[in-house]
Amino acid sequence: MDIQLKRGLLDVSVLAALRNGDSYGYKIIKDMSPYLTLSESTLYTILKRLEAADMLTVWTAEHDGRLRKYYRITDAGRRRIAEFEEDWKEMDRIYQFITREGAT
Amino acid sequence: MTKQEFLSALGKGLSGLPQADIEERLSFYGEMIDDRMEEGLPEEEAVERIGSVEETVSQIISEIPFSKLVKEKVRPKRNWKAWEIVLLILGAPLWAPLLLAAAAVVFSMYIVLWSLIVSLWAVFVSLIAAALGGLVCGVAQLTVGNQMQGFALIGAGLFCAGASVFLFFGCKATTVEIARLTKRVALWLKKRFVKKEEA
Repeated sequence: MDIQLKRGLLDVSVLAALRNGDSYGYKIIKDMSPYLTLSESTLYTILKRLEAADMLTVWTAEHDGRLRKYYRITDAGRRRIAEFEEDWKEMDRIYQFITREGAT
Repeated sequence: MTKQEFLSALGKGLSGLPQADIEERLSFYGEMIDDRMEEGLPEEEAVERIGSVEETVSQIISEIPFSKLVKEKVRPKRNWKAWEIVLLILGAPLWAPLLLAAAAVVFSMYIVLWSLIVSLWAVFVSLIAAALGGLVCGVAQLTVGNQMQGFALIGAGLFCAGASVFLFFGCKATTVEIARLTKRVALWLKKRFVKKEEA
């Protein structure tokens, strides 16, 4: 798949993993695993990029005697998901045109 | 491999990056291993799930843009002393041409590789042209009655056509291989930047 397109999709996927509540690194990978496999270093890069773009914030909490980083989606992050959904509707219409009956 | 062994090996592999960056990454990977162990995986297996140290280092470095790596490397760890700056400027006639030469060598190696590809494809194109020319001229010779020359030209044309088919696969394989090679060289260069000079 086109790298730019895939990068954009993964960013939105990670945001979507935070949509229903704060989450942490391993849980994000686990939640995504039925759909797609994400390596740790890829997730790290995405989280850094989203944090720099103010689409998520990071907070640390103690868990079981150790520190764990949690990620929380911001309003800008939610807007990004909404934008993606709008874009996808347009993509879907184009897809419908490309694969329409009798086109081949 | 234990978690501690993995993390210290990883830290060593990334040692050219800024310290804060390394620590953040290590705590990220440490958390991943802890979370897997909390789910009941034995330590060894939780570490294995991350992948080998070598793989992880390669992946991390390949995801950092080259420009950022160079900037990290070039940025001095402390402020320059006045005499160092003076020395740097006075030494410019010496180091500037050397630097330029090094860059030129790398650039010319790149050009050599790609000109190899270009020349291979040029031979391929000329073979096709020769094949077409041979066939057309051969037929022309036949129609004016020069049978010997006609057949010889057609034969030569067919030979060129056959050779071009052969060469096509060779060209394609070479192009793919060289593209892969340049990518590997880029990763290798990046790794040199991340690794600290052994003191």
